[in-house]
Amino acid sequence: MEPIIAVVVGVLMAASVYLMLSRNLVRFVFGLALISHAANLLIFVSGGMIRGMTPLIAPNAALPEPGVANALPQALMLTAIVISFSVLAFALVLAFRTYEELKTVDTDAMRAAEPDNGIGEES
Amino acid sequence: MNWLLVGPIALPLGAAVIGFCLRGRDSAQRAVSLIAALGLAGVATKLLAVVWQNGITVSQMGGWPAPFGITLVADHLSSAMVAVTAVIGLATVIYSFGNTPPGEISYALHPLVHALLAGVCGAFLAGDIFNLYVWFEVMLIASFALLVLGGTRSQLDGAVRYAALSLIATTLLLSGIGLLYGITGTLNMADLHLRVQEVENQGLLTVVAVLFIIAFGIKSAVFPLFFWLPASYHTPKAAVSAIFSGLLTKVGVYALMRVFTLIFTHDVGYTHELLLWVAGATMVTGVLGAASQNELRRILSFHIISQIGYMILGIALFTEFGILGGVFYIIHHIIVKANLFFVAGAADRISGSTDLSRLGGLYRDRPLLALLFFVPAFSLAGFPPLSGFWAKLLLIQASIEASEFVIAGVALAVGLMTAYSMTKIWLNAFWKARPADAGPPPMPLPIRLRMLLLGPITGLAALTLAIGLYAKPLYSVAERAARELMDPSHYVEAVLDTDHPAQRQVIGRPPAQ
Repeated sequence: MEPIIAVVVGVLMAASVYLMLSRNLVRFVFGLALISHAANLLIFVSGGMIRGMTPLIAPNAALPEPGVANALPQALMLTAIVISFSVLAFALVLAFRTYEELKTVDTDAMRAAEPDNGIGEES
Repeated sequence: MNWLLVGPIALPLGAAVIGFCLRGRDSAQRAVSLIAALGLAGVATKLLAVVWQNGITVSQMGGWPAPFGITLVADHLSSAMVAVTAVIGLATVIYSFGNTPPGEISYALHPLVHALLAGVCGAFLAGDIFNLYVWFEVMLIASFALLVLGGTRSQLDGAVRYAALSLIATTLLLSGIGLLYGITGTLNMADLHLRVQEVENQGLLTVVAVLFIIAFGIKSAVFPLFFWLPASYHTPKAAVSAIFSGLLTKVGVYALMRVFTLIFTHDVGYTHELLLWVAGATMVTGVLGAASQNELRRILSFHIISQIGYMILGIALFTEFGILGGVFYIIHHIIVKANLFFVAGAADRISGSTDLSRLGGLYRDRPLLALLFFVPAFSLAGFPPLSGFWAKLLLIQASIEASEFVIAGVALAVGLMTAYSMTKIWLNAFWKARPADAGPPPMPLPIRLRMLLLGPITGLAALTLAIGLYAKPLYSVAERAARELMDPSHYVEAVLDTDHPAQRQVIGRPPAQ
């Protein structure tokens, strides 16, 4: 299973880099969504993917029995998913607001902050 | 649980929540903001005093022993950074009373500033690498919102660049953390210090180290990853610019300093040599970029980049003296840089522009402001007896001691170029006559407004002068911080409960593969 997931991570990374190299802001946001999935899967696969028992500690015992699954990578991923979800929401709104204000999604045509005359617009 | 360690995170976070609840009630919101900023300053000072007295202070959240639980650690570096963060936070809050009229955008400004402070303090105090990532994200999300507050065209444009590169950096950081966990099976930084020494595949570790260099490098705006900074830092409100310039990049530098003294020291010949080249290139490109600019805040933005190079130099030398210089430089730089952005904001408020060709005559009209610009500007350039002189002296001396003569020469030359840029600002904004097409001479600001704007500037300038004239206290803190960083055994001992090593064998790491 691990080699398959590893390849999937690679493909997702490649696809997201391709999307993010685009000048189109919307494609960039999609690339961002993909790359966060790739990072989450990377944690999953590098944390070790084996079947194990539920990591519950029996009453009166101080330690779980040997052979329990490692729950930590899932906990990390869960945190990372929540963060990437909120960040993606922000990125989408930012892209939309930028489109409304600057009337373009082409990042090369966005020169409001760094115009060619070297002086920014009044903020 | 030690409240002294939780306070610097909980106080601003609480202020942010209460502040959002008080939306629309400006005076109540401002009162909460000011009280929280004062409280943060108090807690941070106390924390620094306690760490100075007792050494590294550790708190295990929820009573879970490290490396299983969440650990907050304050050593001399962390507590000094938290203290200077609190100072900048307080200055920003007071300055923004004067700089942002009530109602306009201030409903979200104060809560977001506190959310940012919580993220920054959290990053400084985090004892495990995943929490460092989480606090970075807290800081980032708050900074995104602060950057676009007001929603002008240039702000949105700058925010696109800032957000895009920052988000790539956090994803790389997350990937690096995932891989590091895969290799070592732990996230606690003290535990990582022990685990990485047992890793057989050193090559893979170096790959992960480079991932961290890139991720934190984007955050701290080093060459060639700095392009988001000059595109965005001049666009938001002056108070926001100032807190960004003071704190955000320095969190990246702090993280580099922590990670490359505590975890990735297995291949110093490669990683730290790489950092040395990065440091030199960052100094030079930053200062050259500044020379080509004609807008006050953009010149200052490029100077952040060039100064980051000096701090990275401290890490890259990897000697106790080098780290000492780096720590000293960070603290000095945060105070000076935020102050310069405050001055730029005040000049904008007085003259209605930050473009050097439209500024002028400020020396005659505003002699006090001119004096207050003079102190941080020439401290930045490294003139004695100001704080920047000692910072540069320490780093150049450390480079020479480490026989890195080329980088010492580069650091000296870049200091000279910094003086050129500061002189350019001085000549154009302060000394030359006000240009005829710039409109009528500025109206005097009301006395209350003037005090709110100039109060923080005066305070920070006095701090710069104090560090310059009496550098001993900061030097001692930096010296202790450097000693702790170069000999992590105290840090490891303080964090890990070495009485129960047996437990650590059983859980908390992935099954053998």
